[in-house]
Amino acid sequence: MVGLEHYLTVAAALFVIGIFGIFLNRKNVIVILMSIELILLSVNINLVAFSSYLGDLTGQVFTLFVLTVAAAEAAIGLAILVVFFRNRGTIEVEDVNVMKG
Amino acid sequence: MSAVPDYVIVLPEIILGLWAMAALMVAVYTGKDKLAVALTWATAGLFVALALWVGLGQHGERAAFGGMFIDDPFARFAKVTILISAAAVMVMSQDYMSRHGLLRFEFPVLVALASLGMMMMVSAGDLMALYMGLELQSLALYVVAAMRRDSVRSSEAGLKYFVLGSLSSGILLYGASLTYGFAGTTAFSGILASVGGEVPVGLLIGLVFMLAGLAFKVSAAPFHMWTPDVYQGSPTPVTAFFATAPKVAAMFLIARLVHEAFGSIPSQWGQVLAALAVISMFLGAVAAIGQRDIKRLMAYSSIAHMGYALIGLAVGTAYGVQATLVYMAIYVTMNIGTFAFILSMERDGRPVTDIASLNQFSKKEPLKALALLVLFFSLAGVPPMLGFFGKFYVLKAAVDAGMVWLAVAGALASVIGAFYYLRVVYFIYFGAEQEPADSRMAPVQWVMLVGVAALMLIGVINLFGIEGPAMTAAQSLVQR
Repeated sequence: MVGLEHYLTVAAALFVIGIFGIFLNRKNVIVILMSIELILLSVNINLVAFSSYLGDLTGQVFTLFVLTVAAAEAAIGLAILVVFFRNRGTIEVEDVNVMKG
Repeated sequence: MSAVPDYVIVLPEIILGLWAMAALMVAVYTGKDKLAVALTWATAGLFVALALWVGLGQHGERAAFGGMFIDDPFARFAKVTILISAAAVMVMSQDYMSRHGLLRFEFPVLVALASLGMMMMVSAGDLMALYMGLELQSLALYVVAAMRRDSVRSSEAGLKYFVLGSLSSGILLYGASLTYGFAGTTAFSGILASVGGEVPVGLLIGLVFMLAGLAFKVSAAPFHMWTPDVYQGSPTPVTAFFATAPKVAAMFLIARLVHEAFGSIPSQWGQVLAALAVISMFLGAVAAIGQRDIKRLMAYSSIAHMGYALIGLAVGTAYGVQATLVYMAIYVTMNIGTFAFILSMERDGRPVTDIASLNQFSKKEPLKALALLVLFFSLAGVPPMLGFFGKFYVLKAAVDAGMVWLAVAGALASVIGAFYYLRVVYFIYFGAEQEPADSRMAPVQWVMLVGVAALMLIGVINLFGIEGPAMTAAQSLVQR
């Protein structure tokens, strides 16, 4: 029987993979965008699992909002990435270093 | 629940949203960037009108949409601060942006949308409303940061801000999902009811995740990594905007979240906020010392200031919230004045931001140098200026609540921090002999700089009566 804890474990695993994808990734920025998407989707799994477990619709409504925002966020992220590529000619993570903080 | 229809309560937000969309459409189909100047001033005018309406129009508390949107004195205090500071930044940036070919009609539209998001944030009474407001604000700000499309620095600032901002939204959202799961509801009032006795561990984890996500937004250390780069890389008017309204909104959102949803367990979030406050104050004070770029310096300065503002929230009392409100109001005023000057710094018609270009500035422009001296003393918290009273307020709140160690840490950090502010003043008056940068100001910027400097001195008489509204606001938040 698959219970609430299984869903939460999957979501937590995806969330952690997403976080590590952002920090350990040495290749290019597209991978970071994918990691961000993974984080948001792990949250959605959480919300839907809780919603089903509690018998309460609020979580699913929240999920729809999150999906919408995730789409807008991906669009803006890609747009900024295109602008960056035009200026720098590269999207390697190591080349995002004009300013060092 | 009042008898007023819901849409009447959110009317200021609806008007702002419609304005932003209408302005976008009209500008796209008619004059495009030729309308930008008019649009900037009209939007700033609308902000001021809305601020007056919101600030003077209502008393008491109202809730709309089943408690998702709350209109109380706290929200109104926040909205007035946000709208006025956003309007001030827009009008003082207009001349700079026109001269440097940056003024696109999207700028006022995006600022209007970001401000709408901020107004939603401070009025949120539900995790969903909180998230939607926060994202509306953040998405608009990502675009504004990358607004100078042909500059490597600006697009890099936009990219960094986007990646770290989305990460923080994700962390916040994960916390929100856990909170929903363990409280069984997303309404703040419902969460408050469910944390009555034994607090489930899942709820605490959710709380910590949400605080971490919001700490990113106020750039409190150790979640401050994006701040210096974004401040330095973005065009200066955008930096000025980042340093003011969004900070206020996120700080007030933290206040609303911890008091309204987790008000019954102040000892749990108090520790987290106190730790954030101490780290921010010391990091902001120490890391700013070696900076050569004034925008980077202001970034570390804002990190330190957020630390002080968090002290007021960490103590968990109504007086503490009041102190934070007063502190934030003083903080944005000081920053508007300082950025009015930074916007005017240029050499041979090109903007400069290195601190060394201020050497001997007092010989060239004695009045502006004096105004800067007042502002930097105020930022440092030197007694006769208003900035001192802001710090005094939060430290007093900490002492009153029995957190003396926090007040001592704050005082120590402000002594360290005074060094780098005074170093800038030293350069202005006694720096090495060299030709200082020009300071070309539009009348608006001059009025902002000198006016704010004057406020820092005159304001000590009674803080312009800001204490009364701040007290009402704090009590409306805490006592329920």
